[in-house]
Amino acid sequence: MSQTKEAFAKATALDTEIAVSTRNICKNYGAVEALKNLSLDFPRGQLTSLLGPSGCGKTTLLKIIAGLLEPTSGEVEVNGRLVTGPGPNRAFVFQDFALLPWASVMRNVAFGLELRGVAKSEREAIAERYIREVGLAGFEKSFPHELSGGMRQRVGLARALSVDAKVLLLDEPFSAVDEQTRRKFQEDMLNLVAHENKTFIFVTHSIEEAVFISDQIAILLPRPSRVSEIIRPTGFRNRDMGNIRRDPEYLDIVDQIWASLRSYVE
Amino acid sequence: MLSRPTLLKILSTLIVFGAWEIAGRIPVSYAFPTFIESMQALARMTFDGTLFTAYGETLKPLVIGILISTVLGISIGLAIGLSGWFDWLMSPIFIVMQAAPLAALIPLLVMAYGIGLTSKVFVVCIMAMPVIVLNTSSAVRNTPSSLKEMGRSFLGSDLEIITKIIIPSASPIIFSGLRLGVSAGFIGAILSELKITPTGVGDIITYSRSIADYPSMYAAIFSIILLAVLFLNLLETIENILFEGNNRGYVSD
Ligand SMILES: Nc1ncnc2c1ncn2[C@@H]1O[C@H](COP(=O)(O)OP(=O)(O)OP(=O)(O)O)[C@@H](O)[C@H]1O
Ligand SMILES: [Mg+2]
Repeated sequence: MSQTKEAFAKATALDTEIAVSTRNICKNYGAVEALKNLSLDFPRGQLTSLLGPSGCGKTTLLKIIAGLLEPTSGEVEVNGRLVTGPGPNRAFVFQDFALLPWASVMRNVAFGLELRGVAKSEREAIAERYIREVGLAGFEKSFPHELSGGMRQRVGLARALSVDAKVLLLDEPFSAVDEQTRRKFQEDMLNLVAHENKTFIFVTHSIEEAVFISDQIAILLPRPSRVSEIIRPTGFRNRDMGNIRRDPEYLDIVDQIWASLRSYVE
Repeated sequence: MLSRPTLLKILSTLIVFGAWEIAGRIPVSYAFPTFIESMQALARMTFDGTLFTAYGETLKPLVIGILISTVLGISIGLAIGLSGWFDWLMSPIFIVMQAAPLAALIPLLVMAYGIGLTSKVFVVCIMAMPVIVLNTSSAVRNTPSSLKEMGRSFLGSDLEIITKIIIPSASPIIFSGLRLGVSAGFIGAILSELKITPTGVGDIITYSRSIADYPSMYAAIFSIILLAVLFLNLLETIENILFEGNNRGYVSD
C-alpha cells in the first residue's frame, strides 16, 4: 500500500503540459444523466485510461471530446482551444470498428485521408505504412468481413494513426481480441505511446489493462457519472514491460481499483 | 461446366415450359395454347416484324417512365431519408400512391392528359416510383450511425458523407427497390396499353384475343415477361459493377 501512496503523492506534483481538458461536463440523454459535472485533464504525450462499469458514460465522454456529441453544459479544450466539433487534431477508434464493408482494408485505412482530400497515391503510401505497423501487411486487398475481430480493430487503429492527429481517442480498442493478442497489443500500445508524441485517451473495462498501459487512470462511477479517483502508476513505467505484471505497485493498484469498483458490480 | 445456380435456373425453366406444354395438350381450357404453338406464333411475329413495331410503341412510355422513376425516385428517396421535414412532406404521397388502385386512377389521368404518351408514362411512374422512393428512403435512414459518425470524425463534408458512406451503404436496398420498381413499371406499361388505348404489345394481346388467336396472345405475354427478366438481369449486372464490395457481406460487431 505504501507504494500506492507514493504514487498518489507524485500525482499531485504534476508538471506535464495539458493537451486536453474537460471542464464541468454534463450530458443528459432525455431523463438519463449520463455525465454530471465531470472535469478531467489529459497530459500531453501520455496515455490516460477511462475505467468504469458499463454504462457509466465512457463512450459519451470520448465522443464529446471528439466533437461528435454536444455536451448539455460544460466545455472541452484541446491544446487550449475550445472544441466545437470534430477537428484534425483528434482521431477516433470506434468500439464497433466502423469500417466500410464495401471497401478494402487499404481504402478503409486511407479513408480518413481520403476525406481530408489527400491524393490517392500519397494516401495509399501512408496507409500502407500503417497497415504494416499494425501487423496487417498482406491483407491490403481483403475486405472487412474476411478479417477476424481483432484484425478489424487494427484496421480502425491504422485508420486513426494514418491521419496523424495529436490526440487519439480509443474506445475499448482491444475488446474484440483474445487474451494473448490483447497482451501483445498492450505492449504495442506502450511502444506507440513511447515513440509517437501523441496523447492517448483510452477507454477500457479491464482493470489490469488500464494499470498496465496507463500513465493516468480516471475511475468513473455511474449515476450520476463523475470521476471518483485519479491514479498515476509511476513506479514501474520505466521498467521492462515483461516485469510490470509482477511489480508490487502494479498489483497494489489493481487491488485498490477493484476495491473501489466492486460495490458497483452486483 | 455450368455452375450450380445456372443449372438450377435451366432446370426450373424446363419444368415450367414442360408443365405449360402438358397443360396446353390436356387442354386446361380451349383458350390455352400449348407451349410449342405459342413459340411458333412468337417466331412468326418476330420474323414478320410485328413484334418489333409493337415494342417500338410499348417501350416508349416504359423506358421514359422508368428513367423518370429512377432518377426522380432515388433523389426524392434520398431527400426523404436525409431530412425529417421532407419526410413529413412527401412520404404520405408515396404511401398513398403505392396503395392506390391504379385502375381507378386511369380515367382521371385520361381526363387530365388525354390518351397519348403522357398518360401512359404517368401510369408507368405511378407503378414504379413509390417502391423506389420508399426503399431508398428507408435504406438511407438505416445507414449505420457509427459509419456516419466515423465520417464526421474524420472531417468528411456532408456531401462526402452522402456520396461515400450513405449511398454505398444504402445501394443494395436501393437496387432491390429498383428491381421491384422496374417489374412494376412493366406491368404499368402493359396495363396502360390495355386500359387507355391499345397500342404496341397491348394491342397484340387485345387483338389476338378478339380473333381467338390465343397462341399469338400468349406469345406476346411471354415476350414481355422475357424482356422484363432480361432487363432485371441487366440491372443486377450494373449493380455488381457499380458496388462490387456490397456482395461481400456486412460487418457487425
Ligand atoms: N443515444 C443515446 N440515447 C439515450 N441514452 C444514451 C445514448 N447513448 C448512451 N446513453 C446512455 O448513457 C449512459 C452512458 O452510455 P455510454 O455509452 O457512454 O456508456 P459506456 O460507459 O461507454 O458503457 P460501455 O462500457 O458499456 O460501452 C448509458 O446509461 C446509456 O443508457
Ligand atoms: Mg462504450
